[in-house]
Amino acid sequence: MSDTSLNKPAQSDPILSLKGISKNFGAVSALTDIDLDIHAGEVVALVGDNGAGKSTLIKVLAGVHKPTSGTIRFKGKQISINSPSEALGLGIATVFQDLALCENLDVVANIFLGQELNPYHLDEVAMEVRAWTLLNELAAKIPSVRDVVASLSGGQRQTVAIARSLLLNPEIIMLDEPTAALGVAQTAEVLNLVERVRDKGLGVIMISHNMENVRAVSDRIVVLRLGRNNGVFTPQTSNEELVGSITGATDNAVSRRAGRLAENAATQEERI
Amino acid sequence: MTSEPENAGPRPSQNTFLDRGDSRVTHATGIGGTIGAFFDRVRTGDLGSLPVIVGLVIIWTVFSSLNPVFLSANNLVNLLFDCSTVGVISLGIVCVLMLGEIDLSVGSMSGVGSALIGVLWVKLGVPLLLAVFGALVVGMFMGVIYSTLRTRLGMPSFVSTLAGLLALLGLQLYMLGSTGSINLPYGSSMVNFGQLMMIPGWLSYGLALLPGIGMLIMGLRTRKQRQAANLSVNSIGELVFKVTLTTIALEAIIYYLNQGRGVPWMFGLFVLLVVIMNYAYTRTQWGRSIMAVGGNAEAARRSGINVKRIYLSAFMLCSSFAALGGVLSAARLASASQQAGTGDVNLNAIAAAVIGGTSLFGGRGSAWSALLGIIVIQSIANGLTLLNLSSSLRYMITGAVLAIAVIVDSMARQSRVSHGRA
Repeated sequence: MSDTSLNKPAQSDPILSLKGISKNFGAVSALTDIDLDIHAGEVVALVGDNGAGKSTLIKVLAGVHKPTSGTIRFKGKQISINSPSEALGLGIATVFQDLALCENLDVVANIFLGQELNPYHLDEVAMEVRAWTLLNELAAKIPSVRDVVASLSGGQRQTVAIARSLLLNPEIIMLDEPTAALGVAQTAEVLNLVERVRDKGLGVIMISHNMENVRAVSDRIVVLRLGRNNGVFTPQTSNEELVGSITGATDNAVSRRAGRLAENAATQEERI
Repeated sequence: MTSEPENAGPRPSQNTFLDRGDSRVTHATGIGGTIGAFFDRVRTGDLGSLPVIVGLVIIWTVFSSLNPVFLSANNLVNLLFDCSTVGVISLGIVCVLMLGEIDLSVGSMSGVGSALIGVLWVKLGVPLLLAVFGALVVGMFMGVIYSTLRTRLGMPSFVSTLAGLLALLGLQLYMLGSTGSINLPYGSSMVNFGQLMMIPGWLSYGLALLPGIGMLIMGLRTRKQRQAANLSVNSIGELVFKVTLTTIALEAIIYYLNQGRGVPWMFGLFVLLVVIMNYAYTRTQWGRSIMAVGGNAEAARRSGINVKRIYLSAFMLCSSFAALGGVLSAARLASASQQAGTGDVNLNAIAAAVIGGTSLFGGRGSAWSALLGIIVIQSIANGLTLLNLSSSLRYMITGAVLAIAVIVDSMARQSRVSHGRA
């Protein structure tokens, strides 16, 4: 585990810097002393087991939860994010795991929710054109942007959610399990998109349980375990080391399974 | 059709419109297609205003066969007068129902509104407009209280407005004092407005042309904008068909009413308010936010909508409309009495919104539902009165109609969910 050397790969100052962030829900501390830096033009993967605090951390940055303690610096200035609209205003866009779409509204209305063009006489035509442009950039397969979101599949909803996060040209985009509900082609598209967003100079925070996807696009892999920092890795780190850090032991369910499979293979070979 | 390959995306498609890239989707074209799409929608549970129109036809057929006076022009004019007062209250109810909330105190609020007119205008001699404004301010104040209780203290609106119902009823009785009722002077502009004033014939025909002209202009403008933006457009024939149908229907209704006393100004005011609210719901950011909060409040909050302010505006509008409804009913009855706003006013207003197609579950509805629903409710009340039935039967029948309306709403909702129409 090499923490400090990898923490600053880029020469520039971080856009977003967290120091000692803690969040308690009653007696439960969901996050304890989390440090995290995001630089422009890098993809940081946030990995960890269920309940490690990844989604809570994202929600703190999105203004959904207020941290119990700790400081957040955005472009060098100390800030507090009190509401989702403040986060959006700063340029921190989020795609939530529970997609946070309004099923009773159509795709255009969802993409522009809270950001409608021309508030006193909605410019439906311009919004529809922009919606199609965003969706086409994502190579999205949405049948009609005038259908309500309830009629879309899980993957289509995910694409709508991602399209929405790009609407305001954010500085940082956070994706909570962006590929969880997607097919092979859509997953590849989302990964392409993540790279495209990074190349535009934005910071990307991505939560994923899929190590293959994480290695494919991330510049750094930050591991959370039980609400604490548990190491920072490069995509080249071996799977055993990553899994060990995520589960907190070298002897874990994953390694035992791998060992058992190896044993089985060995005994089978012996028989032959 | 010009071809723009970068807009067509990676999908193989002959169609070059920005929104017609996906070949899996069927699109209705022309008049036949529109009618077909309408039947499709109805089959999958997207009923819109259909149940209420069917219900209205049934109700009117039954009542006119029992008593031919029901469909006489003058009776319908009376019906419109009655619709206007409770209809305005119902228009406010639509607003809170869209959020998935409820206001049970609108009846009492309207009673307070009418009592305020009696006390301020008749007793204290305050100028009429100022008195009306006072009633509206009290309404807004109640709305602030309800929304504060809801958003700061988490009190369900069902309970807070139930408490408000009693408190406002008490306030109404207190204001009216021992006499129990205050008569509004006959011959005053207020009472004339509520009982006599009709839109002149020529003006009513002219006003009935406006919706058609509006539809035509808006339709053509949208068409041009969409064409310029390379989006698909509806056929001109379809637009002309809709405009012609609307105009003929409206002119026929106006013609029939003008055979009697004509169209009441008060009803004109009600329709104007409906049109304004419809614009607000469908064409403004505020209306979009109302729909979003009603559909998924957490999603609305996360996309940066100030949910508390939306609640505040909805409850304020609802209570103000209720107060205005009370003012109109005082004008209609030429008195502010202890009975104003009691009895079935409350439930009629809520029932009208629901019967008209505004969902009790939030996120679905329209301003027109107040207009359509109140016509149904008042038709029943009016018809039963013409048949000399007692109010006991009237309550039972209205109750049954409300139950049917809610059943249709929840069944349609289940069907919409299974057909992916939300």
